[in-house]
Amino acid sequence: MIKVSHINKSFGKIHAVNDISFEIAKGEVVGLLGPNGAGKTTTMRLITGYLSADSGEIKIEGIPVDEDHIEARKKIGYLPENAPLYHEMETVEFIKYIGKLRSIEQQFLSSRIDEVIETCGLANVAGRMIGELSKGYRQRVGLAAAMIHKPQILILDEPTSGLDPNQIFEIRELIKNIGRERTVMLSTHIMQEAEATCGRVLIINSGELAAQGTISEILKRGKSKIEYTVSIRAKREDIENALQNLIGFHLSSWINDSSEARQRFALATDDGSERSEEIFSWAVKQGFTLSELTHNTLSLEEVFRELTQG
Amino acid sequence: MKNTISNTFGITKKEYLSYFSSPIAYIYITTFLVAVNWIFFRSFFLVGQADMRQFFGIAPWIFLFFIPAVSMGKWSEEKKQGTLEILFTLPIVDRTIVIAKFLASLALVITAILLTFPIAATVSIVGDPDWGQIVAGYFGMTMLGAAYLSVGLAISASTKNQIVAFILTVAANFLILVLGTPLILGGRGGLVMSAISYLSFIPHYDSIARGVIDISDIVYYCSVIAFFLFINLKILDRKART
Repeated sequence: MIKVSHINKSFGKIHAVNDISFEIAKGEVVGLLGPNGAGKTTTMRLITGYLSADSGEIKIEGIPVDEDHIEARKKIGYLPENAPLYHEMETVEFIKYIGKLRSIEQQFLSSRIDEVIETCGLANVAGRMIGELSKGYRQRVGLAAAMIHKPQILILDEPTSGLDPNQIFEIRELIKNIGRERTVMLSTHIMQEAEATCGRVLIINSGELAAQGTISEILKRGKSKIEYTVSIRAKREDIENALQNLIGFHLSSWINDSSEARQRFALATDDGSERSEEIFSWAVKQGFTLSELTHNTLSLEEVFRELTQG
Repeated sequence: MKNTISNTFGITKKEYLSYFSSPIAYIYITTFLVAVNWIFFRSFFLVGQADMRQFFGIAPWIFLFFIPAVSMGKWSEEKKQGTLEILFTLPIVDRTIVIAKFLASLALVITAILLTFPIAATVSIVGDPDWGQIVAGYFGMTMLGAAYLSVGLAISASTKNQIVAFILTVAANFLILVLGTPLILGGRGGLVMSAISYLSFIPHYDSIARGVIDISDIVYYCSVIAFFLFINLKILDRKART
């Protein structure tokens, strides 16, 4: 559906996108993750043909964007960052304007407008000026306009930034629904968003692709740091002594105060393998009663931080 | 082809109507009309000649401030609001959008010019003017306005700030305008001087306003407009965008 190979883009001395390659298959919902300024927007602008790459090639359903950006743009619906819209236009009038410029036949246009108004929940703002709408509604108007020509591919640049929690939830639900029948690529710097909506993520950092894969694949990259949280009702010194006998583990931190009756602490395996049984049998051998033994997987957020820093 | 025409028409219509969605267009046009009427009628009854030569004489100077106000926000606002990204990710070639914006702003200028008809009406009531000259004058004014606009639109495309666009457009048009005046020419003749004066708006405007529609003047205006629209297109080129 989307095939990006070795694209580069510089603005003066800034290398915004550096040799990025990836593919997105039909029907996927893919998240483009990265810190602010990583090159997410530039990558999306290259795919939509707003910018042209210095080198490399982007194909949309086999159409090379650089050579035939008009044909490629027909396949794509695009919601730019912050949903820029003509504030002096009325909501439906704007969607109609975009629909006409997308060459939708007059006889289908009004039914298409009704459909996107329904999908994006815009019925109660029809008739109002875009400039008067809240940010959440503007985001939806932008989405409705991006979907007016039934594109197979939707590209959404930070669709939930600047929205309140309720609006974020609504937009995510909307994206999930859309994602059932279309290919969606969305960018975000919020991990929970990617976890909530995307089947696969691409992590980019300083213009380079740092990692890609399904959420669980990305999580596995953090495996080197398997940790267990353990609680034992015993004195801290006793536990410290007993830990000498636990081979292949090291204490990473104490979680609570040393004076408390029940001590909580985090244990990490030296080699990154999963060995919770050993902690259990160690505790039994030492005469401790385990009141807690939890496996701490790294959250996507932590993996992200690991991949994008240092 | 059919799509190109309907897209051009669609964008032109939206761009023209958007002038009237805020009070700005009304303020522009009113200010323009007050200025031309006041300057014209101040001396009209004193001079006692039933022609519009005075009116066409001051038009280039009034346009110097009126036209930049029409063109200043056309691209700079799109850049500032980010809507340029919507426009340039539609399946429409850049050329169509540039031409449509030009036509829309020209339509507003023509609207303003047409609203000066009370001047022509007054002249014809009090005397028996030369209608050929008046029609030619209006035609020259439209051409001049279109040329100013093409300069203003190219400048608007190069900035996000419409006030900057306004000031630079006044300056640029003033420069092209005075190229042909004795102030710059210094009264000297010669090939270089006549070449410079050829580039100016003034000699081409004056001859049309006198009622002489010469094909070379029309060619001059069309070339100026085409040149600046081309510059406009280049400024907005995909490779130049950031």
